[in-house]
Amino acid sequence: MNDAPVVSALDLQREYRMGGEIVHAVRGVTLDVMRGDYVAIVGPSGCGKSTLLNLLGGIDRPNAGTVSIDGARIDRMNDREATRFRLTRVGFVFQRFYLMPALTAIENIELPMAEAKVPSVQRVQRARELLAYVGLEVRRDHRPAQLSGGEQQRVAIARALANKPTLLLADEPTGELDARTGAEMIELLGQVNGDGTTIVVVTHDEELAKAAWRVVHMRDGVIVDDRRRAS
Amino acid sequence: MVLRLAWATLTRNRTRTLLAILGVAVSAAMLLDMVMLSSGMRASFKDLLLSRGFQFRLVLKGTLPFDTDATIADASDITRRLESLADVDAVSPVLGGQLHVDLGDRAIVAMALGGVAAAQGDYEVLDGRAPSSENELVASDAFFTATGKRLGDTLSAGAGYDPQLRLFSGRRVFTLVGRAHFLYLSEGQRAVALPLATLQAMQGERSHDRVSFFMLRARSGANGDSVRDRIAPAVPSLFVVSTEIAMRQVDERLSYFRQLAFILGSVSLAVGFLLVTTLVTVSVNERLGEIVVLRALGVARIRIVQQIVLEGSAIMIAGAIAGLGLGLLTARYLNSILASFPGLPASIDFFLFQPSDAWTALGLLVGAGVLAGIYPSWRGASQPIAPTLREEAVG
Repeated sequence: MNDAPVVSALDLQREYRMGGEIVHAVRGVTLDVMRGDYVAIVGPSGCGKSTLLNLLGGIDRPNAGTVSIDGARIDRMNDREATRFRLTRVGFVFQRFYLMPALTAIENIELPMAEAKVPSVQRVQRARELLAYVGLEVRRDHRPAQLSGGEQQRVAIARALANKPTLLLADEPTGELDARTGAEMIELLGQVNGDGTTIVVVTHDEELAKAAWRVVHMRDGVIVDDRRRAS
Repeated sequence: MVLRLAWATLTRNRTRTLLAILGVAVSAAMLLDMVMLSSGMRASFKDLLLSRGFQFRLVLKGTLPFDTDATIADASDITRRLESLADVDAVSPVLGGQLHVDLGDRAIVAMALGGVAAAQGDYEVLDGRAPSSENELVASDAFFTATGKRLGDTLSAGAGYDPQLRLFSGRRVFTLVGRAHFLYLSEGQRAVALPLATLQAMQGERSHDRVSFFMLRARSGANGDSVRDRIAPAVPSLFVVSTEIAMRQVDERLSYFRQLAFILGSVSLAVGFLLVTTLVTVSVNERLGEIVVLRALGVARIRIVQQIVLEGSAIMIAGAIAGLGLGLLTARYLNSILASFPGLPASIDFFLFQPSDAWTALGLLVGAGVLAGIYPSWRGASQPIAPTLREEAVG
């Protein structure tokens, strides 16, 4: 980890309408994430942690405040720029994996690289390396329905890493997994972070939060505690 | 990858895709048939008019060939005058009438065409030869069937029947020298063709040197308008019907068919369009989560649109190709029904297949397929990522 913030969020605010009422999901959050850091955002359901993650990754826009990734103001980008930015600089892992059901494991990993116009030979080579990295080389031609939940999430992590992103964002990555598979996932994320990828993870999983270097507690749309684990 | 995803999506729910393709195929078959109907009949009629190379028909003013019993006098003189005109290649005088064939225990009536075998445009000899002497004739299949005669047989026939006197003005014994396909006559019509002079003589004084109409063939490369301009003053009592004029009259008479074909074709296209739009919309709604995840991963909106439009187009193309075969089969069946309509030349194809028809139908369907994919694809690609993911997670 070095001193340069990869992510810099300043006074972020996000509200949306739900059932006729305005929900203040994020209220004035300021957060810096340093390069190589591993941050867990925790808090009760509905406290705004997933919304914050979406704002940090540029798949949602703040009503006020700014978000920069590597100095680039993602909140100011138009849709096309933000899409391209996410493709090359941000990796997403979702609770429900969201692999493309019709594609095989290796094709799912190739997908972001194909979009980034990585030549086919390099794409396949990188996808194979990533499959080996997550321990699934033998499952390369299996479709998601033929993989267990843990295996699907491993493929999802490999997919998120395909374009060598600066930042990996994970929303409840162990939420759909049993304790043993969740522990394997925690280990894998630790390995990814150890290899230099900055990770921000939203979780209810205490074990996952414990694995992070830094734990940010949220409640009612604000950060109420921000603690770094003693190394 | 767009192709791979589109293909994977279509094959994910094979039964639904197959049913959609079948639906489009039916719609495409109908569209193709209507396109064939709207243009085929006209093209077929034009081909028929020009099948023996005669571009002009000369009739009494205010009539059409065989429209009335009125005949043109001084046929020999008119024939000579027409033949002397520049760029005139052949003149075919035609006299229509009826031949009453005596079969001993019964008699049948057949349509008789008197013409000059060397320059005739009414029939094509299928077996045997054209009549070369005054007591020879060629006949249609239906005539052979009705009489039970065969090539080379003789028969006794009369013409110019007077119902008051119950007498024929002329009676001869003919030899059947050929079996012919009569271009302008309907399916199953009994018909014979015999030398013009023979029929004129048999029909008596009222047909002496008279014909029903003339057909005229211009020399190859001659300007049709110039030839027509030369014919008109040479025979001022006659109306010169060029192929173009005939086609205009055909257009007027067939406009109802074309309107019907246009409406039914449009309905078919609309049904195909709505079918694919519905299918693609349902498919997009089912995988909104996947689509927004693709967007979250950085897949461009246009790529999503391309993929979904490709899916719609693929269904349309597959349906159109299947519909092409189905349409041709249906057209053949419908043609056989319409061809047996009384009074219509059997050679007319209502559903004449022309490659341009297939391309037109295919083009329209592919265009409709692209349009059918645009709305659902744009809707899918425009979903806000975060709220949709939230809804998917809740759902």
